[in-house]
Formats: sequence, structure tokens, C-alpha cells
Amino acid sequence: MSPLRRRKEVTRTISARPEAGHLLEITDLSTSFKTPRGLATAVNNVSFVLDRGKTLGIVGESGSGKSVLSRSIMGLLPKQNVVRDGSVRFEGTEISSLSNSAMRQYWGTEMAMVFQDPMTSLNPVLKVGRQITESLHYHLDMDKQQAHDTALALLKSVGIPEAERRLSEYPHQLSGGMRQRVVIAIALACGPKVLFADEPTTALDVTVQAQILNLLQQQQRERDMAMILVTHDLGVVAGRADEIAVMYSGQIVERAPTRTLFAQMRMPYTEGLLKSIPKLEQPSHSRLQIIGGRPPDLVAPPPGCKFAPRCPYAQEKCHSEEPPLVEAETPGHYFKCWYPVGTDAGKEALERNLAAGLPQAIAAVAGDAIAAAKVELAV
Amino acid sequence: MPEPLAESAKAAEPATPVEAGVQPLVLDPAPAVKPTVEKAATKKMGIVGWIALIWIIAIFGAAIFAPLLPIPKPTKTFLLHAGEGPQLAHPLGLDGTGQDMFSRVIWGARASLLVSVASVLFGLVGGGVLGLIAGYYRGKLDTLLSYVFNTFLAIPQLVLALAIIAVFASEPTVSVEKREFWLVVSIGLVSIPIIGRITRASTLAWSQREFVLAARSMGAKNRRIIVRDVLPNVMPAMFSIALLGIAVVIVLEGGLSILGVGVPSSTPSWGNLIATGRNELTKIVGAAPQVIFAPSIAIFSTVLSLNYLGDVVRARFDVRESAL
Repeated sequence: MSPLRRRKEVTRTISARPEAGHLLEITDLSTSFKTPRGLATAVNNVSFVLDRGKTLGIVGESGSGKSVLSRSIMGLLPKQNVVRDGSVRFEGTEISSLSNSAMRQYWGTEMAMVFQDPMTSLNPVLKVGRQITESLHYHLDMDKQQAHDTALALLKSVGIPEAERRLSEYPHQLSGGMRQRVVIAIALACGPKVLFADEPTTALDVTVQAQILNLLQQQQRERDMAMILVTHDLGVVAGRADEIAVMYSGQIVERAPTRTLFAQMRMPYTEGLLKSIPKLEQPSHSRLQIIGGRPPDLVAPPPGCKFAPRCPYAQEKCHSEEPPLVEAETPGHYFKCWYPVGTDAGKEALERNLAAGLPQAIAAVAGDAIAAAKVELAV
Repeated sequence: MPEPLAESAKAAEPATPVEAGVQPLVLDPAPAVKPTVEKAATKKMGIVGWIALIWIIAIFGAAIFAPLLPIPKPTKTFLLHAGEGPQLAHPLGLDGTGQDMFSRVIWGARASLLVSVASVLFGLVGGGVLGLIAGYYRGKLDTLLSYVFNTFLAIPQLVLALAIIAVFASEPTVSVEKREFWLVVSIGLVSIPIIGRITRASTLAWSQREFVLAARSMGAKNRRIIVRDVLPNVMPAMFSIALLGIAVVIVLEGGLSILGVGVPSSTPSWGNLIATGRNELTKIVGAAPQVIFAPSIAIFSTVLSLNYLGDVVRARFDVRESAL
């Protein structure tokens, strides 16, 4: 993969995107929860666009606001104690201000969601068949026979053997992977234009993970459906997303077409996430690279860059001034950093921190567990 | 390891049709684990459970088919045998006026069970609907309903039921049907907050589950979610409390009878049988203890059986839930 080819790939994705007709357009979306301690901002000024048939991967660690983001876009959060701000446009229509009853014409038919845990996202006392046909009756006005046939076809298409028998079984009679297939079948039942997959494989076995992800990808291709794939695993989105947005503390800190992101990442947090993936070629018992510390308090986040307290590159400026989301030299690649990775400024910053003995810098370079523990204590 | 592998491969051969010459691939040569005996035992009702179930079926059957049974009318008097103890023709003896106690207990079951089942159904519907609404929608409505429930629970049930009957059906000449109707209404009202609170608690837990959010994300309306997703899950809790509730109401009806506002004594009920028979205990000569003991034992066994079955029902559904 030469740099030239990579560049070509990027320009193709950019030019293929018609400026007028985005499927989903999120502008400055913020979502906060009222807590006894104050407003916890789980999603902070997030903007992106998604086109038909494309996949956006949203990556971040626990508590980075990625699940809240997808629920906020769909309008599934409770109205009480939630403050939502910004604009969500679906096929050009503003939907962020719609009431629940108005949203019902989008839920299921236009946008659907696959949840994290198939153990809890299926109703334990209803047969699988009824759970699938429910929305077919409701949204598509199918009669009993049509709905049954459609449900059967759906189950077959998500790769469930003996589909006819499974229709009259209860969720507890199915394995975890099978249940997630059923959840996917339910979500796809009414042919949504965009599918939110909220960590669809987190609760599953690694061997089943790949199957489910392949299934999602195959269904997406067949249906020309857009997908937002939320995950904490960069590896999951690496081969499957057209574009990746990295979230930290409710903000998108880096967003780029997949290839660009992996080739020219600018954000130290993205670099940290990538480095923390265990590598097969490493000898056994070698220490895993970690990002020391914890995500910041959402009620009282640090004043500057949210990642600064854990960042190996952090300088004085990072702690006091929040960097803006700027476009890199590659179009469509945005990042939010004063001292980006892979630039001279970043290199100098890291060297300065190493010389000063900043624990997170030492941890990042040497994989030193003691240094990482020091970060943990300091944050 | 080759020996067990070959053995199980041989064993697997007749079960799975394999092409000739192809050795079936056996990955796990361990024999299938048999389910442990203890696990099976907890799912069974046990001998006590069966006795309880048979008793309940018998007593409900006798109550429903009382007019068809070959027993004397409850008001028929056998003056010659008045006050006598159990005998072949009258297995539970006779009361002071010569009425057959066996017949009176069975006809009494009719009135007692009718009142208790009807009032629990009343409470189940009322409490169930209010509890589901409070637990699902939460917010101000829930606060208000919980407040009302708690207020009602603060008043002793017997006093509240007594007060309602005293207002609407306390005249001495009241008809049996009218008295029974108001008994059902008053006891039903009393049981609404109890069932309502249990339904609300269960609804609160179930409506936080992800499948409710999943149903919402598929565009289901709130009413539909409550009926299709929440209610079937809350039902076991409601039914086990309803079984216990029938037992409580049988006793409550007895209490009301003793206070003179139960089923009128022209129609036997377990409550009024005990109420009219209670002076037998203080008699020194010519006491007929069967008059009070027969209905008392009927109440005792029925309440005990219902309680036991209520527990069995709950345990069964708990097992299913935890297995998930």
C-alpha cells in the first residue's frame, strides 16, 4: 500500500459524497445529564455526516459517551434529566426536536439499533417469532402469514439454522451468538436506512464476534444501509468502517477515513488506543501497553484539552487552552490537538516530556508499568 | 488418550450417519454430563405441594359443584340428631339446630371463595393497571400514586373494609347479593395498594431492561410496550401475590363476619359459620365443637395450601428468570 494509492482511495471517498443529500447530518450535538453534582456532559459538540451505505466507526473507551451519542441521535434517551442541544438531520429533516410520537415514524423503519447484550435485549417471555413479527405487523401492516414468512426469511438471512423451529422458541433456548443474530433480524425487519450497532459484539465470544460483524457487513452491503458501529475496539472497525471517529470525554477528538486514520494519526489518544492492542508477534508475557489514568470527570472536565492529564505529549498550553478540531493536510481528516503525533511539534513535545520525566511519556515510550501507575495516581 | 477417543467414536457412529470410511471427528471424548439430582428436585413441587394442590382443586370443585353433590341442603335440619358429633350420615356432625356441617362447610366454601376470588381479581386488575402505569411512566404520576398507595396502606385493612361496608351495605335486612357485592368492592379496594405496590416495584425493574428500549427503538408505543413487553414479565409476581391474597381475604371475610358485616348468616360462609359457632366454645354442657372446628380447619387448610402454592409458583418463575 503505497502512499499514492492511499491518497487515491481517500479522494474517491470524498468525491463520492454528494454535498446536498447526506443521510444523516449531526451538527454540534451535545447531550448532558442532570446529576446531583451538576451537569454531566456525555456528548460534547459532536458533528459528522453519514451517507447512504457507508459505515462510521465510533471508537472510545468506557465512559467516552459513544453509547449516549448513538442513543441521543436516535432520540431514545429519556426526556427527564437530559439536556440535548444541536441539530440532527435525517435526509434533510431536523429530527432532534421531534416528540416521541413523531419519532415513531423513524424508529424501526428508518433507523434501528442493535444492542450490546443479546441476553437482555430480547424479551425472555416472548417467542422469537413474535418478537420479529411485532414490528412487521405494526409498521408494514402485514397479515399473520406474510409476517411469518418474512420473519422466516429474515432468520435465514441472518444465518440461523432450522429457522422454522427457532421461530417458536424462547430466547433462553438460543446461544448468545444466535440471540444476537435474532436481535439483528429484529432490527433489520423493517428495512432501516441506518443501523446503529452499539457494541454489538462486546458480550460475545471472540469466535462469534467475527461472524456477527461479517453478518452486519454483509447485510449492510445487500441493503445499501448506512451503519454506525460503536465499539471500544479499534480492531473491530479497522477493516469494516469507511470512516472512524475517535471519541474521548464526549468529544470527537479525531475523525478520518479509515486508511488515513491508521496511516497518519494525529491525535495522541488514537495512538494510545492503537498501541494498547496486544500484538500477536509480541513474545508471551510481554507487558501490554496501556493508557494510564482514567477518563476525566464529565461533571467537571479539565479546562484545556480533555486528554491532557493522560497525554504523553501534553504541554503547558494543553492544560489551559482547549485545541480546536482542525483539518489535517488530508481533506476529511480532522483532529483536536496542539502537538499532533507525527509532526515536529509533537516530537519536540514528547522529547521535552521525556527529559522532564513525565510518567505518562515514559509509560508511552517504554511501556513502563510503574510509570503508568504514577499516571493513575496523578489523574 | 487414544482409548476413550476410539470408544466414543464407536459410540457416536450409529447416532450420526457418516459416510463409510470417514472417521467422525470427536473433539470431546468426555461422556455427557447427567443433570444433577438436586437440580431436578428443586423444580418439583414435592409431596406437600401435591397435597396442597389436590386440596385446593377439591375445595374449589366442591364449591363450584355444591348444588350437584349428593349432600343435604345446608338449611335442612335433622332435629333428632341436633348437636351430635361426626357419624356415618353426617361426616362432620351437626350444629345445634340440626343442620349438616359437611354440607354447610361446602356451601360455605362457595360464598367464601366467591368473595375472595372476586375481590382479589378486582384488586389484581385495579392494582395491576395502576402499578404498571406508576412503574412504567414514573415521574410525578408515580409519586402521586405511591403516595395514595401508602396512605391506604397506613389504614388497617379490616377497618377500611368495615367502614366501606358500614356506609353502603350495613342495614340488617340487606340481601346476600348486595352484601357480597360490597364485600368484593371493599376488600378489592383494600388489596389494590398491596398488589399495586408489588406490580410497580416489578415494573420498575423490568422496564429498565434493554429489551424495553429495544422495543422503543423499533417504534413501539408505550401502551404496546406495557402490554406486550412488561406485563408478561410482571405477571408471575402478580399471580403469586394473588394466590396469597386469596388466603388473606378468606381470613378477612371471617373477621368481617365476626364483626357482623360478612356474608349474611342466611347463606353459610366459612366466616359466618365460625361467627355463629363461636359461643359453642364457652358452653359447658351440650357443646358442639364441630360447629366451629369444621369451618376453622377448612380455612386453615385452604390458607396453608394457597400460601404453599404461592411460594411454589414464585420459586418456579424465579428459577426461569435466573436461568436466563
